[in-house]
Amino acid sequence: MLGRERIHTILKKALSSSTADQTEVLFIGEESGLTRFANSYIHQNVAERNTELRVRAVIGKRIGVASTNDLSDGSIEKLTETAVSIAKLQPENPDFVSLPTPSPIEKIEAFFEETAAFSPRRRAEAVGIVCRKAVEKGLIASGAFSTSKFEFSVANSLGLFAYYPMTLAEFNTVIMSDTGSGYSSFVSLDASDLNPEALADEAIEKALMSRNPVEIEPGEYTVILEEHATNSILIFLGYLGLGALSVQEGRSFMCDMLGERIAGENISIWDDGLDTTGLPMPFDFEGVPKKRVDLIERGIAKAVVYDSYTAGREGKASTGHALPAPNIYGPMPFNMFMQPGEATKEEMLASIDRGIWITRFWYVNPVHPKLAIITGMTRDGTFLIEGGEVTKPVKNLRFTQGILEMLSNVEMISKTTKLERGWFGGNRVPALKISSFNFTGVTEF
Amino acid sequence: MEKKQLAYRALNLAELRGATYADIRFVSIEAESILVKNGRVEALSKDTSRGFGVRVIVDGAWGFASSSLLTPSEVERVTALAVKIAKASSLVKTHDVTLGSPIVNVDSYRTPLLVDPFSVPIEQKIELLLSADREMRRVKGIKVASSRLEFIREVKTFASSEGSYIEQEIVKSGGGIEAIAVGEGEMQKRSYPNSFGRDQRTGGYELIEEMDIVGNGERIASESVALLTAKQCPSRVTTIILDGTQLALQLHESCGHPIELDRVLGTEASFAGTSFLTPDKLGRFRYGSEIVNITADATLPGGLGTFGYDDEGVEAQRVPIVKDGIFVGYLTSRETAYQLGLEGSNGTMRADGWNRIPLIRMTNVNLEPGDWTLEDLIADTDEGIYMQTNKSWSIDDKRLNFQFGVEIAWEIKNGKLGEMLKNATYTGITPEFWASCDAICNRDHWRVWGTPGCGKGEPTQIAGVGHGTSPARFRNVKVGIKGV
Repeated sequence: MLGRERIHTILKKALSSSTADQTEVLFIGEESGLTRFANSYIHQNVAERNTELRVRAVIGKRIGVASTNDLSDGSIEKLTETAVSIAKLQPENPDFVSLPTPSPIEKIEAFFEETAAFSPRRRAEAVGIVCRKAVEKGLIASGAFSTSKFEFSVANSLGLFAYYPMTLAEFNTVIMSDTGSGYSSFVSLDASDLNPEALADEAIEKALMSRNPVEIEPGEYTVILEEHATNSILIFLGYLGLGALSVQEGRSFMCDMLGERIAGENISIWDDGLDTTGLPMPFDFEGVPKKRVDLIERGIAKAVVYDSYTAGREGKASTGHALPAPNIYGPMPFNMFMQPGEATKEEMLASIDRGIWITRFWYVNPVHPKLAIITGMTRDGTFLIEGGEVTKPVKNLRFTQGILEMLSNVEMISKTTKLERGWFGGNRVPALKISSFNFTGVTEF
Repeated sequence: MEKKQLAYRALNLAELRGATYADIRFVSIEAESILVKNGRVEALSKDTSRGFGVRVIVDGAWGFASSSLLTPSEVERVTALAVKIAKASSLVKTHDVTLGSPIVNVDSYRTPLLVDPFSVPIEQKIELLLSADREMRRVKGIKVASSRLEFIREVKTFASSEGSYIEQEIVKSGGGIEAIAVGEGEMQKRSYPNSFGRDQRTGGYELIEEMDIVGNGERIASESVALLTAKQCPSRVTTIILDGTQLALQLHESCGHPIELDRVLGTEASFAGTSFLTPDKLGRFRYGSEIVNITADATLPGGLGTFGYDDEGVEAQRVPIVKDGIFVGYLTSRETAYQLGLEGSNGTMRADGWNRIPLIRMTNVNLEPGDWTLEDLIADTDEGIYMQTNKSWSIDDKRLNFQFGVEIAWEIKNGKLGEMLKNATYTGITPEFWASCDAICNRDHWRVWGTPGCGKGEPTQIAGVGHGTSPARFRNVKVGIKGV
């Protein structure tokens, strides 16, 4: 950890060495450790310390980006020279307006000493608990436990400076028998929230219940998606169509749909990087403060997220959703929340005469991006529901369906939500009961 | 201080602190990336990353630590941390890690190339992409035309406590174009020469010149627009012929991943999953029909998974995986080969940079060519679908049930290509699918394709791997998705 002042000095040095019309410097620092276990022992245990500096140089409307992880004086000067020199080589991009100007940034406390100080030995002890509990039941434990500290900082030649330190702890485990498996996971800024016993118990229970699965016919079923599975759907919803670039390029399901109904009335989804019940991030990778964006409100398409480039194209303001330059994916919602409902999972279960309980999905990918049709497999705990009860484990199934169709068929939503890891940030999601969920195939286990 | 001195300092310190094995890798990566979209340079970047990682075995368990700071004191700190981490690992172990017989290689390797891609002026590269962009946008109805180039130079030094010292320079060059057409409620995309934004191989700028992205721009743009109004792929069981690019990804997902011995032995269980190709199947399981021969070849010229030595210092090799349809080999590391009682590692351990530990990764996993010409193969097919270029992919965590979608397809009727089809998909179970392979095109149609974004491990690692393929035919395959 270099700290705010030292990083500010480095960024100012980079800015002062640039001859560009506008210059932006992004700093990302990371110190992390990850303990990985399988077959009930630690097979991989790693640590990393890295600092990256990324310079975006703007000359007129020409933009060059260069990055390095060598922070020595000569290297920083060379970095800005490289960014400037490659900016000069290209034609103007008329869509570019300007780097962002400074705006007040909300202070969020996201650095937890407990996480920062977590040692390899303490990680091993937590992993040991999960392994021991699995072995006691005749099962095999695998998973990963990571603790990380990050520093994000952005400065630009228009006077913007932002700095944000954060910590992150993540634990996931798959516990297996010969014929089935169970999953549980944890993510928090604060590692002291971790309860390895509870995580082990949850995955062990699923693993025991999953033994000797039976095959059922694919087709339409009512399903309960646990939070892990809901999160997979939400991640793809955001990736495929909730960023401004996908709309501007005509690739999004949101095209021509703003103000129209695209999901059930019980569905509201928003992005809020300032909500501390998620994995907050007060500004984006251009230093623009995060704004709450209501993406879908009571089933109506409301808005998409912007960075300064896509906002400039439409004469709008950035919502604070930029990725590091040069960003070819466009702005993305990384702190999504789905409105909880009134139900418990038990009530959802009791309401289903015949259906499937899904713990999580695996290898989800788009089949038709514009229609948001995705496919994927169930994994680590898939069960048949009969007469309001889980009756037996079933062999994993392939689903293929449009996300908007799923979100139009949500019959019940859990009143509790769970924080789940997204591709970059984190999403807070409920469990869902969905009717007419389309399974298109089955596998052998 | 010289790298060699830093390396010996780390290895000595590791041994002094109790390591029974240690290695250190210094890695420096230089990357250049250019993206042109609709006549504008949307991204132009030069990235460098350098650092080192120390891997040790202490008390029979693994430890690894890494840093971007290349100073003697940091090398000492990181080595001591790796030892400390290994000691923590030993708290939860079931056996001592064993690597088998020591391996000593002192050598160097450089990717053979004709034109260093970093020596070609950026203006020349931008002009090439703008030319391809113009060709695509010449076609009415194209909403987004994009073209890109990407070059990577990885310089790495490996030293081990067993006495290996290996220096390598791997150069990768890639490029591609993509045309997106948008209609009412419909979007279609065509890519060339492959999807994933580019095809990439080891080699120099000559690979980009061979690609002829400009000459293919108008064709793929026209196909993209035509797809908007093409017939929807029907849902039925039929014969399919896959082109080389789609077959490359089929091979990647349904053969390349399940033969990784680390996941077979369970060490990827919580993330990437395990494998249906369990050790009891080695040497006896029928993976495919008798004409199916698959090799893993890290020595293949130009393959994206081609190198001199892996990141454990084991020499690159060509090994059989499937012989006459029977599963005969895994991709292995020193540790997993020893665990399974195999002769030794076949050299597939690679790390994604200095800050990652090496994992078993595909090298170039290739379907060996057969006897057919593509023309004869189509002429020999009464009824079926010819599918080109991957659009979507998904497979279960043991690598059995898969579903792929392609960018474009054509009906085959009475031995001739017929109507264009959009949104074509097919699905199956891996060994049933490969057992239905009844014809493979010959070496004239065979080439190696790059899969630049293969993900595995925690923390996630991305590897570039290769697949040599020629078009092949499969019978009784379920295509299309009912109700979607």
